[in-house]
Amino acid sequence: MAKTDTSGGPLGGPAGWISVLIPLILFGWFAQHLPAVAAGEVLAWQWDWVPGLGVSIGILLDGLSLSFALLITGIGTAVTLYSTSYLGGSPHYTRFVCYLMAFMTGMLGLVLSDNLLTLFVFWEVTTISSYLLIGYNADEAKSRRNALQALLVTGTGGLAFLAGIILIGAAAGTFQISAIEATLADHPLYVPILILVLAGAFTKSAQVPFHFWLPNAMAAPTPVSAYLHSATMVKGGVYLLARMNPSLGGTDPWFWTLVSFGGVTAVFASILAIKQTDIKQVLAYTTLMALGTLVMFIGVGTPEAIKAAMTFLLVHSFYKAALFLMIGVVDHGTGTRDATVLRGLARAMPLTALVAALAALSMAGVPPLFGFIGKEFMYKAALEADPAMVWVVSCTFAASALMFAAAGIVAWRPFTGRLADTPVRAHEGTAPMLIGPLLLAALGLGLGLFPDYAEALVRPAAAAVAGTEVKVDLYLWGGVNTALILSLVTFAIGWVLYLIHGRLRGWLLTWKSRFDPGWDRLLGWVAAGARWQTEVIQTGQLRRYIFVTFATLAIVMAWTVWRAELTPSMTLGDDIRIKHWSVLLFITAGAALVAFTNSRMTAVASLGVVGVGVALVFIMFGAPDVAITQLLVEVLQVVLVAVAMLKLPHLNHEYVKTLRIWDLLLAVVIGGLTTFVLLTVMDTPFDLRLTEFFEENSVPVAYGRNIVNVILVDFRAMDTFGEIAVVVIAALGAFALLRGTKRGTQ
Amino acid sequence: MEVFVAIMVGALVTASVYLMLARSVLRFLFGLVLLSNAANLLIFAAGGLTPEAPPLVAEGAYAPPEGVANALPQALVLTAIVIGFGLFAFALVLIYRGYQNLGTLDSEQMRLAEPPESDPQPSTPQMSPMAELSK
Repeated sequence: MAKTDTSGGPLGGPAGWISVLIPLILFGWFAQHLPAVAAGEVLAWQWDWVPGLGVSIGILLDGLSLSFALLITGIGTAVTLYSTSYLGGSPHYTRFVCYLMAFMTGMLGLVLSDNLLTLFVFWEVTTISSYLLIGYNADEAKSRRNALQALLVTGTGGLAFLAGIILIGAAAGTFQISAIEATLADHPLYVPILILVLAGAFTKSAQVPFHFWLPNAMAAPTPVSAYLHSATMVKGGVYLLARMNPSLGGTDPWFWTLVSFGGVTAVFASILAIKQTDIKQVLAYTTLMALGTLVMFIGVGTPEAIKAAMTFLLVHSFYKAALFLMIGVVDHGTGTRDATVLRGLARAMPLTALVAALAALSMAGVPPLFGFIGKEFMYKAALEADPAMVWVVSCTFAASALMFAAAGIVAWRPFTGRLADTPVRAHEGTAPMLIGPLLLAALGLGLGLFPDYAEALVRPAAAAVAGTEVKVDLYLWGGVNTALILSLVTFAIGWVLYLIHGRLRGWLLTWKSRFDPGWDRLLGWVAAGARWQTEVIQTGQLRRYIFVTFATLAIVMAWTVWRAELTPSMTLGDDIRIKHWSVLLFITAGAALVAFTNSRMTAVASLGVVGVGVALVFIMFGAPDVAITQLLVEVLQVVLVAVAMLKLPHLNHEYVKTLRIWDLLLAVVIGGLTTFVLLTVMDTPFDLRLTEFFEENSVPVAYGRNIVNVILVDFRAMDTFGEIAVVVIAALGAFALLRGTKRGTQ
Repeated sequence: MEVFVAIMVGALVTASVYLMLARSVLRFLFGLVLLSNAANLLIFAAGGLTPEAPPLVAEGAYAPPEGVANALPQALVLTAIVIGFGLFAFALVLIYRGYQNLGTLDSEQMRLAEPPESDPQPSTPQMSPMAELSK
């Protein structure tokens, strides 16, 4: 990744220190609310945004959102500080900072929103800004591909989530989370809501089978991975599940879905973690394991399980962010992240080694670190997880043992033994790159030794998730009990797994992943489908477009006629004279001749016949003015066409001699339907109020005896004005086109 | 009489749709003219047909006699005729200009903006799929 330290000034210039200061100030602001929230208060602010839709911007600060907000801003500060050194010299550093701030805004909004629609908006903000961050190295094809993959997977889940939100709004009658009082479990929409919300949460939190995007997202710069893919974004799904637990949780479908998906993800991911040689990938898979574990324990839903989940949430955020940042330092200091190459870095990078040791011990769950407490409480909760006790305990056990081995791969092997040759001579990182990880790692130790401080966060968070008060008492030593014995067995198995991990990896490498190629194949199908559809719809043939348009018209008309059950009266009337017959003959014969002739002159003449026929109809039914206009226009038309014919070719016989059966069929259908509809229209009584108004007022008000003329030039004069304007514009357009011809031929 | 006019309109619409589906843009133009005639007749007929009684007010009277033709659709059709003529004139010039520039009146050979991607013989006019079906 970035290799330069030459920043635009201390802390990477203004962009750098501003980006550090913002999360730091926010962290302070959130921290000052800690005592009140720890005491059980829920702070809320509310502003109307779209009152008509019931959308408000509300901030809800309870234990859950405060825990997340503190993690987001606290780890955010560490990450931005780290980035000043890691990316400070990069030409796109300012852009990076903007993306990161946008992401932080989205994430904070997500966890603070009290309104589901607002929450969704911020949810999408994190999706889009994470796309930009993952694709930060945009000149690499792999980076772009992986960013797009993350965007499509989480974006699709987001759409499902939106549908779920709308259903929740319909079921609960409100979008305000704190106002959804009763559980929705008995509502008929419960199952669809559950499926849609879980689709959103599982894609965001990368549960199997949507897990594949997260390891690929490691194409992002390391600070981004540390921030998005360990501490914040991927926990968005976990947050959502925790937040919805009071209204959606506690049912059998909820329990079994979360417990099985979470358990499978946890075990599957920790097995794949052992397979990796890139230590950043190892961490990516252990993140999946943590997400699976969190989902599983939220699914279990007992107060013990929720307490364990909230504790593990803090544990994981601290050690995982520290480890990711540590790996960035190693990558930076040695030029490689290959676990099979790196050895003996402890002497060259003592502070990094310290971070790695503390964080990895917490990850492995070794006392007296915070991770040990997290693991102990998970075992305790798992042992009480009826009716799936065996499954939850086995999953937790397998995942924890594999985690122990993964911790060894990431933090023991690279730092011990003899210093190996690396692309860059191993050297320690800069101060800004070490402060954050050191603090985070120290937190893991400090909270392990003094767990009372963690209680202040865990207790209100667990209360918010459970919906009731939860007794939280964290301690390091709980006496000799089943959980402790399980822990000791975990260490033993984990140690063995670490010792044989080389052989395990060789064996695992024979497995081929089917998810990523499957994804590429899926995208290929989508692209092929789109191409096929475009070829079918967008043929580029005018005829085809017109055909589809008319066919649609025919279908819509036929459907309407059929639905309305129209039946016009078909009386010919008794006052039929010879003139009616002759006009009918004139017009139909003329129209048929225009349609089927191959001679231009015949066509023009027949057009004239039709026009005159129509004028005759106007005369017969008391419209002399219209008839005069019609005749005038008809003559003009014929003259214009005749003039144009001098310059235009003959109608091509080659492709018109065949009768176009389908076109004719469509034409007959539309013509028949028009006749049918017109007959029905003429059957219905006519509302004559407007006509009567014109008849009464024509002479007294407008002083005109020809009512049609009065309407045109007086009552509806603006219409006539518009009509003149249309003709003028058409004339101007025609003039411009003709003038262009002359210039073109010169 | 209503049936007569309705059949006329139907015949005009049929002919115009058939013409507008043709490949020659000149035929399309003829179809356009027939369609505007059909539309005018339709509006006129939909307002009610009254034989041989134009809506005029006699000298000295304040209102027309009972049973004159409906004046409103006449006014609307009058406007429509003129606008239809404007459309026709512009379309004609457009076709003329298109022929000047592209050298063809066949809409399927007017592919300057979207040339067919893999057309083996771009010069020979292809049968439309619908025409092929009908064979």
